[in-house]
Amino acid sequence: MERTHMRRQVGLMRQSLFTQGFLDEQFIQLEELQDDANPNFVEEIATLYYCDSSKSLQTIEQALEKTPHDFNKLDNHMHQFKGSSSSIGAKKVKDECQQFREYCKAGNREGCMRTFQLLKKEHATLKKKLEAYFQMARQAGPLETASRPK
Amino acid sequence: MGVGAAEAQFHVLAVDDSIIDRKLIERLLKTSSYQVTAVDSGSKALEFLGLNDQDDQGTIAEAPSVSLNNQHQDVDVNLIITDYCMPGMTGYDLLKKIKESKFLKDIPVVIMSSENEPSRINRCLEEGAEEFFLKPVKLSDVHKLRPHMMKGTSMEDEADIKGVEEIQSPEKTRTQYNGFDVVS
Repeated sequence: MERTHMRRQVGLMRQSLFTQGFLDEQFIQLEELQDDANPNFVEEIATLYYCDSSKSLQTIEQALEKTPHDFNKLDNHMHQFKGSSSSIGAKKVKDECQQFREYCKAGNREGCMRTFQLLKKEHATLKKKLEAYFQMARQAGPLETASRPK
Repeated sequence: MGVGAAEAQFHVLAVDDSIIDRKLIERLLKTSSYQVTAVDSGSKALEFLGLNDQDDQGTIAEAPSVSLNNQHQDVDVNLIITDYCMPGMTGYDLLKKIKESKFLKDIPVVIMSSENEPSRINRCLEEGAEEFFLKPVKLSDVHKLRPHMMKGTSMEDEADIKGVEEIQSPEKTRTQYNGFDVVS
């Protein structure tokens, strides 16, 4: 009974990550790659993302502190970061990355700085949510196969 | 040697500088039962393939029998899938080197990119890439790889040379081998 309740909670948590726009279809692709032989694939790749992307954020932060801004370099870094974020389905993060790149192309320093702060915030928010989700999922036991949100 | 096809998996060499994307492509390929080698650069890919990337001739440098690493002798790659944007050697550069190489040019190459740029796509296809996948790569993309791997595979040659009692590939589309029917 308890387990059923927990699974339902996990399901709702997962659902809200999609409906609130934190995650997109790509996350479902990841879930579909999970199987009995690789039961933790999604959590593994998300963990890898957070490890790798923290370094990227630091690099970008440092580059932003230099003046004048090297927009080309910033755009390159962000291209990479956007790529990984996109690969794990981190929708809001990806959208901020795109915005940042547009400001880079326009040479808009203020825009870049502002967007970067938003990006960091989204990145951190998603991290917390995913950690909570994975933890609860582990406690609840294996879920059914991935289902598409309505 | 009489190795049954059931044991011989297709081997894909994946090239991507992003650790996330390498993990993803590896999982995608393994899900489709391919053997995967993932490297993080074009030069590492060429090294794995036994081609010294400083030597464009592809003759002297490609002498697998004198390679210090015995593994290179048996390197059998059925398909190369590579990211386009990589520092140093791009996926396009890698594609060119492969197509210029006498030994490697028949290996099908697929390019992946996060940018949907028609000129980039055309350039790659003109240079000989079989497919161009937009990232993030999906399972449905990986399903498109199989026909490319079947083309020019040594399995086809073996079938001609020595008959195919030993080769039972469920994937082959040919319907008749020496009296044995193989249904795809």
